[in-house]
Amino acid sequence: MDQVVNRVDPAGAGAARPAASAAIHVRVEGVTKRFGAFAALDDVSLEVETGKLVCFLGPSGCGKTTLLRVIAGLEAQDAGRIEIAGRDVSRLPPSRRDFGIVFQSYALFPNLTVTQNVGYGLVNRRKSRTEIAARVTELLALVGLPEQEAKYPVQLSGGQQQRVALARALASSPSLLLLDEPLSALDARVRVRLRDEIKALQRRLGITTVMVTHDQEEALAMADRIVVMNRGRVEQVGPPADIYARPASAFVADFVGAMNMFEAVITGPGRVRVGPLELACDALGQRPPAQRVKLGLRPEEVRIRGVEPGAPNAIPVTVEQLDFLGAFCRATLRPQAAADLVLRSDFSANAMRDLGIKEGQTLTVGLPPEALRVFDAPTESGAGPGA
Amino acid sequence: MTMAVELRAPRRLTAEDMVMRAAILALVAFLLLAIALPLATLLSKSFQDGEGRFVGLANYARYFSTPSLVTSLWNSFWVAALSTIIVVPLAFLYAYGLTRTRLRAKGFFLALAMLPLFAPSLLSAISLIYIFGNQGFLKSWLLGASVYGPIGIMLAQVFYCFPHALMILVTALSLADGRLYEAAEAMGTPRWRVFLTVTLPGVRYGLISAVFVVFTLVVTDFGIAKVIGGQFNVLATDAYKQVIGQQNFEMGAVVGFVLLVPAVIAFVLDRQMQRRQVALLSARAVPLEPRANAAKDWAFTAYCLGVGGLIAAVLGVAVWASFVTYWPYNLTLTLKNYNFGEFEPNGYGPYFASLQMAALAAIAGTAIVFTGAYLIEKGQGFPTGRAFAQLLAMLPMAVPGLVLGLGYVFFINAKWNPLGVLYGTIVLLAINSIAHFYTTAHVTAVTALKQIDNEFEAVSASLKVPFYRTFARVTVPICMPAILDIAVYMFVNALTTVSAVIFLYGAANKLASISVVHMDEAGATAAAAAMATLIVLTALAAKLLHLALDKLVFGKLQAWRKR
Repeated sequence: MDQVVNRVDPAGAGAARPAASAAIHVRVEGVTKRFGAFAALDDVSLEVETGKLVCFLGPSGCGKTTLLRVIAGLEAQDAGRIEIAGRDVSRLPPSRRDFGIVFQSYALFPNLTVTQNVGYGLVNRRKSRTEIAARVTELLALVGLPEQEAKYPVQLSGGQQQRVALARALASSPSLLLLDEPLSALDARVRVRLRDEIKALQRRLGITTVMVTHDQEEALAMADRIVVMNRGRVEQVGPPADIYARPASAFVADFVGAMNMFEAVITGPGRVRVGPLELACDALGQRPPAQRVKLGLRPEEVRIRGVEPGAPNAIPVTVEQLDFLGAFCRATLRPQAAADLVLRSDFSANAMRDLGIKEGQTLTVGLPPEALRVFDAPTESGAGPGA
Repeated sequence: MTMAVELRAPRRLTAEDMVMRAAILALVAFLLLAIALPLATLLSKSFQDGEGRFVGLANYARYFSTPSLVTSLWNSFWVAALSTIIVVPLAFLYAYGLTRTRLRAKGFFLALAMLPLFAPSLLSAISLIYIFGNQGFLKSWLLGASVYGPIGIMLAQVFYCFPHALMILVTALSLADGRLYEAAEAMGTPRWRVFLTVTLPGVRYGLISAVFVVFTLVVTDFGIAKVIGGQFNVLATDAYKQVIGQQNFEMGAVVGFVLLVPAVIAFVLDRQMQRRQVALLSARAVPLEPRANAAKDWAFTAYCLGVGGLIAAVLGVAVWASFVTYWPYNLTLTLKNYNFGEFEPNGYGPYFASLQMAALAAIAGTAIVFTGAYLIEKGQGFPTGRAFAQLLAMLPMAVPGLVLGLGYVFFINAKWNPLGVLYGTIVLLAINSIAHFYTTAHVTAVTALKQIDNEFEAVSASLKVPFYRTFARVTVPICMPAILDIAVYMFVNALTTVSAVIFLYGAANKLASISVVHMDEAGATAAAAAMATLIVLTALAAKLLHLALDKLVFGKLQAWRKR
């Protein structure tokens, strides 16, 4: 299921699904949502497998939160269909869909204690007081927040509030957990710790989870599958390693991880020209000569050791600037033959020490032909899928 | 994409959705009945003759060709203009002292200036009669001029309008970016230039807004002109005379609409000013901390003591006079003026009627306003209904009480209206007061609701808890301070208002504020002052109770607010 699901459903909406899709917990089909002239979601289709954690990743305004809210029923889609656990919920209000949700702001009720917040939805289900109390204790232990029952939200730290919100969302044992930027209000250290905890909890409970984030690191670390979104459309769906190693478009390449991007023209089979530089490139596929493309190269893939002058794609550069980032250095390199090009490259602390790299120095670096990614330059609206 | 586009299907309505929709419909119906229809009736009345036939602009033509009525229009205009010119600079200096100096006891000075809000407008007029009137102890200060007329009206209006102008200017002056002043100082700008280039431009919208609000208050106020205007006619007294005196409803409707013009202009301008005022202050602005400056601080202390003292003194004279045997010849203290049975057929009846009406307006009004604001602000579905309700909720701000009162008279007395049975009842008076003061209360509620996390409704839906349960269990407790504010605001205003209710009371339930007008008319000025004093004391007691309750609410009952 690495491909974006965009198929036409000949049977029409509402038809019974074949048994093969039993492992799909959330199905989104052709969902469109407009706010005035702005299309927040433009014919989005995707599937979330049961028990998996899926991240919607994209820049602000890409439609990821809107999609989450449409799945929850908090926004009504203009067109399209939502299915949760094999049930068509497209026209049901949130209270008739089966999910728990954690918002960026947590939305804890400030005038209720931790116990009252967590038990808020349980009280309504006519459970006995002892049953509720037992369930709340169990949930607080589950999220790692014991013995805070009597406190009010304002007396808790951000991380603790987040856990309470999580416990409240899980209280009624929903089959689907929705997380809307749950970590972005926390400081960096707490964020990393909670990220791991949420992931572990999700694994343990085996609850299907959809999380919205704009933080690619968070998505890469947590998700079983990432849905990269841009301008209301799905750009790519896949496991984190795939998204990083084989971005399907220039947008994904640029948004997930860092990427050098160059305008290039194909000059022959396996050959491209970037400005005055002639380069070998393995990924051109069947593209004809003279076509304009974009070349991408991750900073960590710029080779620095064992590059002989005259080897394929070896280019002499000047080290213009070095930014020390702890474990590695990000170098700004300028090819001597092309003064208007800039190449960013990551050098390990080891390499820095061994080679004694300094600002102003000249070097020969290699751009491995197999590491150069090729994207079709946008000709009309929107880039097509890459090679 | 060849994907077949499904037409947007309406969501299936749950019982909860139906409750929400019914509540929104009820709100719209209330606002239509209490605000829109009375005004519409007034408008149509001004285009009809005595028999209800449509006569186009004939009434307006007659109005503008009647010299006495046009004179009133001109009188209203220049009296309001002069009052505005006097009161706005006075209030500006006072507000400046409260916000931009290290004045001590700012809370005390603010409270002092707010005193007139707790009295019917005509109390200051009664006081001025005691000071400058025929038996006034400072009559000679007027150099032979009479206080009964434009001078008295203007003086009384200055006191009555002062707190209204002050509130606007204090808000405008508190919104200052301290960094602008630091930048100006860093460039070595002289103080007077900082004032002209930073301070004044920063508050210009507040100033303009204050000018229009005061002008409108003066033009539309009825009580002061009635008590101290003498033979000097203004628009507000014309409306009263046409309707109550001559039973000329059509002409009364025309005067009502003429009164509506400045109020609507002031309202529209004020809305625009507010929008720009907020935009002036960026989110990263640093609040301005006034620096100590002994000379400046003392000068403003003296000024605020002077003005604040004068306000207290003027109101104090009426209170004092109400306890005096025979002003100004026999100043021994007595309670005989409080023996209302001698001046007023119903004795203390009007006072209790007022209490009843104000309590009803406070309780029912707060419930309607807050629930309504919640439905408009946080409601789901029915966007047209909610937008329409919002529009109606903002309307009363642009409608002077006198105009609303006239609208009610025509609406409730219309032959086709089954609500006519309410005429002259406490319930109608309370509804009228709720409508009259709806906007300010509504804005207070909306402001409080806007500060609440928008996702509460979403969370409670995901937990399958109906919205009304979360409203009662979370929203209302969180907004309790604002709810108390609204209740006290409704109570105090319903207690002190004259202009709207003067057309509506029934013989059995005359209100205290109207009784003041009548006793004054009958020459029982001391009893009028006594009744007015009773109103002030009750309003102040309500405010003090509010402060105490606020402490309790913030203290014991709302421990969750504290870290």
